[in-house]
Amino acid sequence: MAEVLLDVQRVSCRFPLPGRTVLQAVDDVSFQIRRGEVFGLVGESGSGKSTLVRCIMNLIRPSAGKIYYQGIDIWDKKQFQENRKHLQTARQIIFQDSTSSLNQRMKVADIISEPMVIHGVTPPRGSHRAEAAFQLHYVGLDASYLDKYPPELSGGMRQRVAIARSLSMEPEFLVADEPVSSLDVSIQAQILNLFRHLQEEHGFTFLFIAHDLAVVRYLCGRAAVMYHGKIVELAPVRALFADPKHPYTQALLASVPAPDPRRERARKPVEFGEFSTAGTLRELAPDHYVLTEDC
Amino acid sequence: MPELLNVKNLSVSFRTPQGEVEAVRDVSFSVKAGEVLAIVGESGCGKSVLCKSILKLLPVTAQIKSGSIHADGMDITSLSEREMQKLRGRLFSMVFQDPMTALNPTIPAGRQIAEAVRVHRPRAAGTEVRCRVESLLTLVGLTPEKAQLYPHQLSGGMRQRCVMAAALASEPKILFADEPTTALDVTVQAQILDLLREIQQTLGTATVLVSHDLGVVARAADRVAVMYAGKIVEIGTVEEIFYDPRHPYTWGLLLALPSLAREGEPLYAIPGTPPSLLHPPKGDAFAPRNRYALAIDYEEAPPMFQITETHFAATWLLDERAPPVESPVKGGFYG
Repeated sequence: MAEVLLDVQRVSCRFPLPGRTVLQAVDDVSFQIRRGEVFGLVGESGSGKSTLVRCIMNLIRPSAGKIYYQGIDIWDKKQFQENRKHLQTARQIIFQDSTSSLNQRMKVADIISEPMVIHGVTPPRGSHRAEAAFQLHYVGLDASYLDKYPPELSGGMRQRVAIARSLSMEPEFLVADEPVSSLDVSIQAQILNLFRHLQEEHGFTFLFIAHDLAVVRYLCGRAAVMYHGKIVELAPVRALFADPKHPYTQALLASVPAPDPRRERARKPVEFGEFSTAGTLRELAPDHYVLTEDC
Repeated sequence: MPELLNVKNLSVSFRTPQGEVEAVRDVSFSVKAGEVLAIVGESGCGKSVLCKSILKLLPVTAQIKSGSIHADGMDITSLSEREMQKLRGRLFSMVFQDPMTALNPTIPAGRQIAEAVRVHRPRAAGTEVRCRVESLLTLVGLTPEKAQLYPHQLSGGMRQRCVMAAALASEPKILFADEPTTALDVTVQAQILDLLREIQQTLGTATVLVSHDLGVVARAADRVAVMYAGKIVEIGTVEEIFYDPRHPYTWGLLLALPSLAREGEPLYAIPGTPPSLLHPPKGDAFAPRNRYALAIDYEEAPPMFQITETHFAATWLLDERAPPVESPVKGGFYG
């Protein structure tokens, strides 16, 4: 078993709303990610996936619980300060919307080398520009794009620039928040192949967030399904798709349209009710955890 | 079934400082009553422009270069804006991609649907309008009480239902749905697609569904048109397109789907990028990205070859002189 890279322990995150109400965005979530694995996080919008990721990336303080990255308590001020450099370079995030996560007034070369400038890293390939060209080449774009501005690029290219920027720090842990959901299938395939290459050849560890279950099945080793701030099921992807145990997971899988008209026509409309989120995660099969009610 | 919409050899161009962008090039198709035609393709292939040019919702820089549009037996190609306004809503209406931007956040949902009802029946009494709004809400699967709520109080799926209710307010014969479920979750998406099919069957509307998601198309469409670089490259029934595609671009789209990937194999990605429509290339626009491209593809654009009565594809591979090519999609694809 590889070492545990990220350990999330009973994390909750609440936001106060007007009046006395409180929004429980993340509710008592625990899981671990091991080195070299691609971990998927699935759920509909509002299920708390992005909030959880922001907690993991030191962007939103969780209301309760602990998050350890290689044993470092990342929300402990002292421990964070001592390991600040490591935490900020080893973990990188790719956001969903590359239009808003890239500065429109910066050239591609400057966007990609900015993290190196901020962290005072000497570029291993001589100059910042050469380093940017290398990273661009790595994600499948040539050096002619170095002097372009983000609005001149298509969505797929911008997403690749965002990936190149996160790779420039040579991270070990990459978080991708719906990186392909806004792309066309043909470009999506290129990006997914790139992610898979990064994981297989370079041993990157991924936390991959998606609402497209087919993408998760293609890319991830294990996946967790979130619903109303809770993880309702956590299992190896193959088991999750072959034998979903939680009713929400079953409904979710049943509602994904497959590119197969005969099967689609034969299918009955999916009924969606509310699902209970009471209970605790139990291991029903080896490595297959399901939220079950206490009895 | 009568043909409600018939588009013949339509070409639409945009005037830009750099020159003329040929967004839609020589497109022909027709839609019958009670039928869903899906238009699929990558972003920028001209699918939205095609819909908007039929509704005449394009900016002034756009111009219909040639071709004709017949709707419900009427030639609407050169109608003025005033005449089009009478037809919009009554003859055809449109459901847009993002329900949050299509609704006014400061007006309750019910009043926005009522607005659509009043535009077409200016003399209707208040109670009559209210009745109509209630029946529309029921039609799209919402309770009448939802009429009081503001858009932000509704979920994404409910908002899209309200937009559909407004679009159906004066019983259009043709409904355009431009990526109606892209902004929604899969769970909600399934419900909206089922609703779309149900409404189309009860009211007998002809629907043009624009989508880039082939799963959505498989669920909701009767016929499919695949667009590339402003042209329809393949058109056929949904079964023909999914089980027996003939155009290499359709193969590429299907092979790129992660849900159809074989375990452990990399996904097939169509190499390169779509061509600029500012100066469309000579010959077949897909040729530079096509691994089956023939020499003639770079010289002359292929005509539409007929495969069956309903199935057409524009690729030189279907010419009798072309070398036989085994379709990578056919056989064992769906197990």
